[in-house]
Amino acid sequence: MSRFTFFVSEAFRALRRQAAPSIAAIVTVGVTTLLVGVLIPVLRASESKNTEVREQIGLRVFLFADATKDDIKQVRGQIKGIDHVDGVDYISKQEAVQILKGRVEGDLKESLNELRGNPLPASFDVSLDDPDNLEAVQNDLQPAGPNGKPQPINPIIEEVNDARSETNQIREVTGDVQIYLVVIATLLLLASLLLIANTIRLSIYARRREVEVMRLVGATNWFIRWPFVVEGILVGLMGALIAIGVLWVGKVLVVDQLNSFALIDNFSTVSFAPLVLVLLGAAVVVSALGSGITLRRFLRI
Amino acid sequence: MALLGTRQRRNRAGSKPRRRGEPGPAHSEGRPPIVELRDATVVYPGGHVGLERVSLSVDRGEFAFVVGPTGCGKSTLIKMLIREVEAASGRVLIAGRDLERIPAGKVPMLRRRIGTVFQDFKLLPNRTVYDNVAYALQVIGAPRSEIRRQVPEILRLVGLQSKIHNYPDQLSGGEQQRVSIARSFVNHPPLLLADEPTGNLDPVTSIGIMQLLYRINRTGTTVLVVTHDREMVDKMRRRVIALEEGRLVRDQAGAGYTDESTTEFALRVRAEMGVGDEGHTNGDSTPGR
Repeated sequence: MSRFTFFVSEAFRALRRQAAPSIAAIVTVGVTTLLVGVLIPVLRASESKNTEVREQIGLRVFLFADATKDDIKQVRGQIKGIDHVDGVDYISKQEAVQILKGRVEGDLKESLNELRGNPLPASFDVSLDDPDNLEAVQNDLQPAGPNGKPQPINPIIEEVNDARSETNQIREVTGDVQIYLVVIATLLLLASLLLIANTIRLSIYARRREVEVMRLVGATNWFIRWPFVVEGILVGLMGALIAIGVLWVGKVLVVDQLNSFALIDNFSTVSFAPLVLVLLGAAVVVSALGSGITLRRFLRI
Repeated sequence: MALLGTRQRRNRAGSKPRRRGEPGPAHSEGRPPIVELRDATVVYPGGHVGLERVSLSVDRGEFAFVVGPTGCGKSTLIKMLIREVEAASGRVLIAGRDLERIPAGKVPMLRRRIGTVFQDFKLLPNRTVYDNVAYALQVIGAPRSEIRRQVPEILRLVGLQSKIHNYPDQLSGGEQQRVSIARSFVNHPPLLLADEPTGNLDPVTSIGIMQLLYRINRTGTTVLVVTHDREMVDKMRRRVIALEEGRLVRDQAGAGYTDESTTEFALRVRAEMGVGDEGHTNGDSTPGR
């Protein structure tokens, strides 16, 4: 116990003596932790939004208006025979109108009622086992004909709706955002690591006399190293605590207020306590790593 | 911890204490010499030879000088004994232990049993006298009770009990060296190495430091002093080991050695050098052992 207090008091002494680089390192660690603390919920939210969107994606197979019951039965059988097809729902012309009526409101609803006849086609709603198999199923529904153009598997099929571009776009955008954020976070992590390493390096230089004396009187290597490691971890912890404070204020002031809006109810996918633990852990690991690198390079014992 | 302890080593050829110079205190009988070099050679990276085939042996309780011009290998000898540098060939034994065979992790244990004093004191400027000495005990993990007991005691021995809370820059050169000696001796190591301990000090202050080293020697500690202060070496009348270009050129027993007390020593040397009583360091006026 007395050793532990010795290490901690030595570390604090060193931090006080070289305040400027220590503060630079603490602030950088703070900013990094803050960014990571925002990133984790955002990534989680975009991830869940992404799967949500992808789960909604199915294929819609529209039929010509003169499709008979036999045609419908035949097409249903054909679609069911395709790999990766999870379910097939027939939506008749009448059902299509009902669905449309459910979606629109006001004047449009009234004008729908005034419609004579039903302009909507009957269709099959095809759901897939995995959104990634969308293209395969689509190709099976419309294999390439003799002239190279896609040809529906049944002449009664008027159109297979093409959700390809839509899904790809969603996938690309969320993917890009994730990569972008991860790159920024990685760069900042690197900056924190190097700044902590630099702080420790300065500390080793400032305390070279202490190190020399410790070696002369026979302090063990780890007894010499520990104060520096503790110093690095203290820098990391202080930075992390600042970041967590800012995050908490942000949570109370912004996120909790916005939570009532449906738009970002995803935002609360990560609860605060585990997030804090993850951030503290990450900051400690990064700072211990930063000190470790420097000790290996600059503390010749 | 028992590296330089009292246990007997298996008898090796040539490890019997060879008496050179004055007899050490009687308790050194039958134990391996505290320092023994056999053809020790140190080669620095780049090919510079620090020491070349040096063989010598220092018994427990001896007081010996190592002299020679700059670059003769005096400091290399000290560095080799605390395994700061390793011998390229030959053997270096401390209390019968071959330094080459001490694993790197045990080197700190070796250094705990060897006190070292340097010309530039190596004190920590932002710590008080007390903290400087206590630091040496703290970093080897000594319990607090032991630190509280040992530090004032050793500061009394070096005569600095009244300057306990001063910082090094408030002390004279001689007083700073006393702090440094206190720090090196607070563990009561059986071997004390001093590299030019009076190199920065005036003759009067130097006598005080030598008297202190002699006092430590009288407690049974082997003291090895590297110096080029010819006059002091002559006055001390102790064993002199002379090095030149890394080679041992002379190993001479103390001429006219007398078993005098530290006070007698100080009085005699002052008289011979024609200097008066040292006024500013109170430690020298305390009676010797």
